[in-house]
Amino acid sequence: MSDVQDYNSSLSDAAQSRKFETFSYLPPLSAESARAQIQYIVDKGWNPGIEHTEPENAISNYWYMWKLPMFGETDVDAIMAEIEACHKAHPENHVRLLGFDNFAQSAGAAMVVHRGKSV
Amino acid sequence: MAKQYDAGVKEYRETYWTPDYTPKDTDILACFKITPQDGVPREEVAAAVAAESSTGTWTTVWTDLLTDLDYYKGRCYAIEDVPGDDTCFYGFVAYPIDLFEEGSVVNVLTSLVGNVFGFKALRALRLEDIRFPVAYVMTCNGPPQGIQVERDILNKYGRPLLGCTIKPKLGLSAKNYGRACYEGLRGGLDFTKDDENVNSQPFMRWRHRFDFVMEAIHKAEAETGERKGHYLNVTAPTSDEMMRRAEYAKEIGAPIIMHDYLTGGLSANTQLAQWCQNNGMLLHIHRAMHAVLDRNPHHGIHFRVLTKVLRLSGGDHLHSGTVVGKLEGDRDATLGWIDIMRDSFIKEDRSRGIFFDQDWGSMPGVIPVASGGIHVWHMPALVSIFGDDSCLQFGGGTLGHPWGNAAGAAANRVAVEACVEARNMGVELEKEGKDILTKAAAHSPELKIAMETWKEIKFEFDTVDKIDVAHK
Repeated sequence: MSDVQDYNSSLSDAAQSRKFETFSYLPPLSAESARAQIQYIVDKGWNPGIEHTEPENAISNYWYMWKLPMFGETDVDAIMAEIEACHKAHPENHVRLLGFDNFAQSAGAAMVVHRGKSV
Repeated sequence: MAKQYDAGVKEYRETYWTPDYTPKDTDILACFKITPQDGVPREEVAAAVAAESSTGTWTTVWTDLLTDLDYYKGRCYAIEDVPGDDTCFYGFVAYPIDLFEEGSVVNVLTSLVGNVFGFKALRALRLEDIRFPVAYVMTCNGPPQGIQVERDILNKYGRPLLGCTIKPKLGLSAKNYGRACYEGLRGGLDFTKDDENVNSQPFMRWRHRFDFVMEAIHKAEAETGERKGHYLNVTAPTSDEMMRRAEYAKEIGAPIIMHDYLTGGLSANTQLAQWCQNNGMLLHIHRAMHAVLDRNPHHGIHFRVLTKVLRLSGGDHLHSGTVVGKLEGDRDATLGWIDIMRDSFIKEDRSRGIFFDQDWGSMPGVIPVASGGIHVWHMPALVSIFGDDSCLQFGGGTLGHPWGNAAGAAANRVAVEACVEARNMGVELEKEGKDILTKAAAHSPELKIAMETWKEIKFEFDTVDKIDVAHK
């Protein structure tokens, strides 16, 4: 039994336990990986969008939009800069990047790129 | 001039073999693989299939002359060799849309795979494909919600969904069963699933199961901050009882329920799917009994037909086979019926066993579910084969983890996310799979142990039912 490792997750330990859907079971995205994921969204022809929320409201469908989705934006640096601008303006919040697929009317990609302090 | 009544037995081909016929856009088309008895000419047996699956019977009857049989009859309009098999041939039959009640796959199947399958002049018969005209598709209800709505309900984007069938499949008490669900969900699964055998047995009545499982969902959601579900199996002895269980699932807030569409029956399935659509519920469909119908290459109904039938009858998920796991499934053929589940237009492609163009109009798609004998080592291939709009379901591959369900779930979740991340960066998953998983395991002890546990397991039997290919 000593070989068995406990699964460390609980209601009270938010930092350890709260997740954010896609990629949240991996270590936080490196800058290089984030750039690659943005490039993927661009290559798919999807429209990048940035949203953020106070950690206590993370369960809501509607996070706050940071400006408008960047329709037609294909410059990875420009998208990275908007993510950083959103993070700078709301340093305590979760920030997520979406790729809106207007044909499927669904997000083709969604990932939290800055994690606030979970509650 | 009107026809005269001439009693007696006529050859089928006089009436039902029409090689000059051009199928109409509104016709329902069928491709049968026909194995005749020795000495029966192809045209005669093919015409017999058309006749016996539509207006014909073995003898002329006077009431034939009260209607316009030339309008109502099904007709065989083409015959083709089966590549690589001289014992049989393909017969293509066109049926006028008027022969079938609107919105009733029950009615279509009763004709197309009815008495004709026991016909004496045939040694064997297999329904390979059906083309449902969009005019007929639009009379059917289809999937209750569809892929895009499911993603929005569950807030899950850009990756395959992850599930797990709870085992042992029979014998657990409701409370222990809920524990197994909770552990899987808190570890990172999106769904847990009732085994198809679980209905409402003495050891675990349905209502207790529903209650305990809902507590598991609620707690796992609060703990992880993610949305969770469990396919509550409402398959029941009567459709009244099925609806009672579905209503209760809705009452306690379950997002998704489950039905076995072949053993439960297509009438019940269509009823349940319509109810789900009207009540905002997702519907997971299991396919017990399918292999009885679809595995023999010469007799029965191909799974691509059963797939189309389910999409019309209604379901948001359907088990599709895994290609790589313990259950039968040729890769090209599987890719063909996965497209049939999800896409809005599928082109004829004989290399994948697709005999007709199929236009689904505005009907939503069904998420294919890969389930059966798969584990973390299969993950790169599964993500590559199935893509994001799929549900990957690991039963033993979650619950058999040496540290338990939560760790098993986490291992699978880390693996699927690592594969998606790598794929998005342009890495070839099936080639680089080992590296991707090894790298991910460096920060996930759960994945590392899972990889050590299942490394050697392989299923390397050849498939029984393959795409027909030339041998000459």
